[in-house]
Amino acid sequence: MSAAQPAPTLELRGVSKSFGAVQALNEVDFEVRDGEVMALVGDNGAGKSTLIKCVAGIFPIDSGEILFEGKRVTIHGPKDAAKLGIEIVYQDLALADNLDVVQNMYLGREEHDLLFRLKEAAMEQRTAETLASLSVTTIGSVRQPVATLSGGQRQSVAVARAVMWNNRVVFLDEPTAALGVAQTQQVLALVKRLSEQGLAVVYVSHNLVDIFEVADRITVLRLGRNVGVYEKAKTTQQEIVQAMIAGKAAPEEAEVAS
Amino acid sequence: MSTAAPAEVQAAASGDSLGAILRARLEGLKGGDVGSLPVILGLIGITLYFTSKSDVFFSAVNFTNLIGQMAGVTVIAIGVVFVLLIGEIDLSIGYVSGLAGVVVAELQVADSGHQYPGLIAIAAAIAAGAAIGAVQGSFVAFIGVPSFVVTLAGLLIWQGVILRQLGTEGVIGIQDAYINNVANYVLTENQGWAIAIVFAVGYAASTFGIYLSRRRAGLSTGNVVLTALRVLFLSALVFAAVAVCNHSRGVPLVGLIMLGLVVVAAYVAGRTTFGRHVYAVGGSAEAARRAGINVKFIKVAVFMISGAMAAMGGVIFASRLNSVDLTAGGGTILLDAISAAVIGGVSLFGGRGRVSGALFGGLIIAIVANGIDLVGYPDSIKLITTGVILLSAVTLDTVLRRRQAAAGR
Repeated sequence: MSAAQPAPTLELRGVSKSFGAVQALNEVDFEVRDGEVMALVGDNGAGKSTLIKCVAGIFPIDSGEILFEGKRVTIHGPKDAAKLGIEIVYQDLALADNLDVVQNMYLGREEHDLLFRLKEAAMEQRTAETLASLSVTTIGSVRQPVATLSGGQRQSVAVARAVMWNNRVVFLDEPTAALGVAQTQQVLALVKRLSEQGLAVVYVSHNLVDIFEVADRITVLRLGRNVGVYEKAKTTQQEIVQAMIAGKAAPEEAEVAS
Repeated sequence: MSTAAPAEVQAAASGDSLGAILRARLEGLKGGDVGSLPVILGLIGITLYFTSKSDVFFSAVNFTNLIGQMAGVTVIAIGVVFVLLIGEIDLSIGYVSGLAGVVVAELQVADSGHQYPGLIAIAAAIAAGAAIGAVQGSFVAFIGVPSFVVTLAGLLIWQGVILRQLGTEGVIGIQDAYINNVANYVLTENQGWAIAIVFAVGYAASTFGIYLSRRRAGLSTGNVVLTALRVLFLSALVFAAVAVCNHSRGVPLVGLIMLGLVVVAAYVAGRTTFGRHVYAVGGSAEAARRAGINVKFIKVAVFMISGAMAAMGGVIFASRLNSVDLTAGGGTILLDAISAAVIGGVSLFGGRGRVSGALFGGLIIAIVANGIDLVGYPDSIKLITTGVILLSAVTLDTVLRRRQAAAGR
């Protein structure tokens, strides 16, 4: 990367969040830049989900600040996050099974005219284009209900939905957790295409094989703290596992990344 | 895996040749996607049975009567469809309809100090139904009380209110012409034809508009001949209905009201963002919430629709009898309305079904009741038959759904 880097697309500084006596996030710093895949890893209870929900506006943060392209922002709800261009693709519950692919892609953002009449043709056309641009070719008809799709196809739809809205930052929460080998490859290829299209991608998982395949950098959380940011090229699975379990001190700070 | 290739082939072939459409349809049938076929077959079977048993059943006069008999329950069932689509239930609709009847009757009592023109009384009754729906829906949406309990409480409360309001007299007669016309006015022959023409032209225009917009967007337009045939068939059906009614007394106004409400509700459910959100909430409330849909607003709005439709049904019942009495909203109204929606193919688990199901289900229930009365069987048989049909409809739906799941659909 160049010497004079622009501000990260999304940055968290010293963000804390607690639920009663449980400190879910403790002074966490985190950043992701355009065109990179930042992996977010950690054991169960490390605070990955809490971090996502804070960014998504589902939980308000207790302290710290969130910056978008270097500017301080407040996120009070899912609408605020969506307005900034932050999209979260949840592991499950993201799609309505009874609706078809087009309807799911546009869920909550349907195009309509002054009479609230849906512009079905325009939506169907754009859905097909978006899927094609991401090389998602296995879905036969965009008018079939999502219930009829395989796990990989469903995940593809959920991810494609995230890019259709000119989003800047996409969080993918365990996107391959329930998938077979071939379908996992499908989704990983899709994730790479997202970053190639210039999006900032946050890939949340604890599958290190997947992470080393797609990620550019890896942030490790342990017990609500950021224990380090690693560049994939300069680290090993061993080191990441060590950090996840024992919380080794960070070899380099995010701010001074070379 | 192996699903990829056939799916692409299917996409390439679909929409154009008649053979491909028929083949796809047959595949769908095998996979359990039967659409409205069982309801239509059921309607034909029931009609044939009663025609063989009674001389007057299959006559123009009885067909006209049938429209009046089905209208109240069908209108209430429209509201039930919306409630079922979001995966909730509304048990209060029976007595909400009764209460609306009381409101409309009370507001036209002469020299009472609160006598209003009929149309205003009707509007007030519908507004009251919507307000009741808003209150009940708020308990469900904002506090999270199960709709079964909220509306069960509503069932008791509104029945109590009706009894209290009617008090010792026990009956209010309706003299207002507007209110009585709702269920009893009959259109002239030419008015009937005009309505058939408006329906046919409107339906054809709407279908053609969809065809044009899809073609402009470069999307598959389906088989043009089949689409044209569907428009022709439905238009012919409406013309035939008008012809039969005109052969008797004429088209009942209440039939027009019922059909109009079905068309508007079907439009809202199928073509608007609001309708899309209703289906989304029924399919997965969590996915809808995360997509930024205001799930609570949708729930309250749906219960308001349910209340308003129940009230409109209540106005029709009151108008039909030219009065309300202590039995208003009771009897089998509640269960008939829910049965109508379910027989019409609306799932109790949310997200599946169409508004037109209310029309089909309402028609089946009315035909059974009408036929059994004409043949002279006792009421007991009516209840048993309706029950068996309801159970068959839901059993069929359950079996088909399992089959669809097995076929990977």
